[in-house]
Amino acid sequence: MEAMFSWKSSQMKQLTTPRIDQCIGCHSCSLACARHVHKKLSWNAAGIRIRSAGGLSTGFTAHRCLACSPAPCAQVCPTGAYIDRPGGGVIVKRALCIRCGQCVEACPVEAIYQDQGGEVYVCIHCGQCVPFCPQNCLEMVETAGNREVSI
Amino acid sequence: MIRQEFRILLVDLSIGKGKIVLVDGRNSVAGGSGLAALLFREYGHPDRGWDDPAQPLIFAIGPLTGYFPLMSKTVCSFKSNYHREYTESHAGGRSALALRFADLDALVIHGRAKVLSCLGIGAHSLELKEASFLRGMDAETSGKLIRRMFKDGSGHRSIMRIGPAGEAGLAMACINVDTYRHFGRMGGGAIMGTKNLKGLVIHGDSDFMVPEGKGYGAEFKEIYTKVTATEMMRKYHDLGTPENLQGLNDISSLPWKNLQETHDPAIASITGRAFADQTLLRNGACSGCPVGCIHIGYIREKAADNRYHYHQVAYDYEPIFAAGTMLGVTKPFDVLRILDVMEKVGLDAMSGGVALAWATEATQRGLISAAETGVPLRFGDADSYRLAAKNLGLAANDFYRLLGQGTMKAAAVYGGGDFGCVLGQEMAGYATGELFFAAQTLGFRHSHLDTGAYSYDQKNSDRDIDKAVDFLMADEPGRVFLTSMVGCLFARSVYTEEQLARCLDLLGFSTLAANIPGTAEQIRRLRWQVRAKTGFDPANFTIPKRFYQIKTWKGLVDGSYLDSLKQEYGRRIQQLIAADQ
Repeated sequence: MEAMFSWKSSQMKQLTTPRIDQCIGCHSCSLACARHVHKKLSWNAAGIRIRSAGGLSTGFTAHRCLACSPAPCAQVCPTGAYIDRPGGGVIVKRALCIRCGQCVEACPVEAIYQDQGGEVYVCIHCGQCVPFCPQNCLEMVETAGNREVSI
Repeated sequence: MIRQEFRILLVDLSIGKGKIVLVDGRNSVAGGSGLAALLFREYGHPDRGWDDPAQPLIFAIGPLTGYFPLMSKTVCSFKSNYHREYTESHAGGRSALALRFADLDALVIHGRAKVLSCLGIGAHSLELKEASFLRGMDAETSGKLIRRMFKDGSGHRSIMRIGPAGEAGLAMACINVDTYRHFGRMGGGAIMGTKNLKGLVIHGDSDFMVPEGKGYGAEFKEIYTKVTATEMMRKYHDLGTPENLQGLNDISSLPWKNLQETHDPAIASITGRAFADQTLLRNGACSGCPVGCIHIGYIREKAADNRYHYHQVAYDYEPIFAAGTMLGVTKPFDVLRILDVMEKVGLDAMSGGVALAWATEATQRGLISAAETGVPLRFGDADSYRLAAKNLGLAANDFYRLLGQGTMKAAAVYGGGDFGCVLGQEMAGYATGELFFAAQTLGFRHSHLDTGAYSYDQKNSDRDIDKAVDFLMADEPGRVFLTSMVGCLFARSVYTEEQLARCLDLLGFSTLAANIPGTAEQIRRLRWQVRAKTGFDPANFTIPKRFYQIKTWKGLVDGSYLDSLKQEYGRRIQQLIAADQ
């Protein structure tokens, strides 16, 4: 069993932003996540959200799950809607969510968005946003090989 | 679709309150340009002055906004203080998606705030905040402070503001949108100024379900692939529109030194390649557009020994023409330094540059002097132009206050109307020939994007009046429909009628999808009829002598052909206006 878990873990991929310096602020990634994962048209209802880093003259940052392991948001989730994902981040079971918002508070990097109705949105590391970045800022990488250094 | 009706927010600045109204008309005006005209007909006052508090300032988006790539622009319409008629100006940035996610098809602002103020709106908020402390403040600093005044929504909002030029009511005052975009032409900034509205923040904080099934996602992907994997990306993203500088110079169609020339070997130092190699920091994009056509360069200033600071300045073909070749300024950093000043004071760069070019020639001819301009103006003298641009934006004296109302307003007092490069408004950077000159003079927005006349000129050397005007008349409805969606006109090769029909159909606008040509024609007519109510008459617009004296790739301009084109185009527009009234 241990060997099998280890094999799964090494195969899990994470969304990374190694070339976010190239971001042009088009929001294509957020819109793609909202459209494909959450079936919405939205800037916010998405697992990756682009913000300026203090005005448009300062470039952009991506608010998204950094794949903590263990994940603080899963630790505080009282209903098991968020559970630790092998390799980092969380597996989301939306039907179990009671919209308490504790995950939002627990996330140290503001990666989780809660809408007016209380529904929460976090990156599930599915990679559907990646092909929609025209600047090649995003990349899915194996957990074991994840290095967030752009050189 | 979100809904068939238009959801409009009407804001009365005099009381700081708003009202949501639902307006019918989707199948007849679509949105964007059509919706703006419909709303001006409803809420505008054709017979009152441009600065009457009751006049509306309208921002409208379309049915495809946010749903498909490059559907990322907003139409701003108002009664202009430039020609005192109804007009439109277009901009992107985050404005279009911010309106979409604020759940608005249009925002209509009327009334005048009691003191200088900033308006913040969102799907769940409306707040008018006093901002007297921003009076006279430049557009850049204002933007930073407005960000702090309205704390929520970083990254998911649009911030529009004006500089001193707008507060002064100049007809060349722009509305700065999200730092690097502008509702530039026809004086939108002055409308905000007269309403005591220094800033407008639109927070896009709601969301909508996308159409069920796989069709929508697949269509989006197909369009996305087209716009990112094709020539469009190369043309608009890489060197961008400044690539045209070399090409237009090569065919003697680039205005130099107040259009005294249309070609100059000095182009070598001011090409799109030169700007990219020397000054380009990065590209930016409007929200919802993966192309990223916004080119942001930099300037570095030395305050004292070893003390430097830098500014980022956006550039495009048009601002480079206006603050570069038109002024004989041929170093990229010098051009950006002039544009930086225009950004800060909140001037439309195209209008400002062309106006200063006229002032320079008027100085050469002894009609004006440093007594009026404050600094001696000489073609190529970038430092003087920086000061002059500041003076112009601040309306620093009677001369600049007049010039800021339009080059021909100043020429009427000081002389020099023959060489004012004005075609309805200060010219765009295309000395391509007779059809463009006639088309900009009478075009709806007096913009080179109203029709493809500049392109026609480059491909046709015959002098067939009917053929040329037929082209203008046939070209306009497609563009009007696209600006009713509201798509970027850079995407017009992708968004064919068939493509737009598929997009509209997928969102549930099947009636509109099935009748694009008819609706486009209807919108075109409505826009002109609304403008006509505010006084449009082709006879109000003349073509200065300078345009009859230049040489393009076709040789010397044919004056009689130009006059005939203008007369026939004017006649056809009037015919349009008279139809079904």
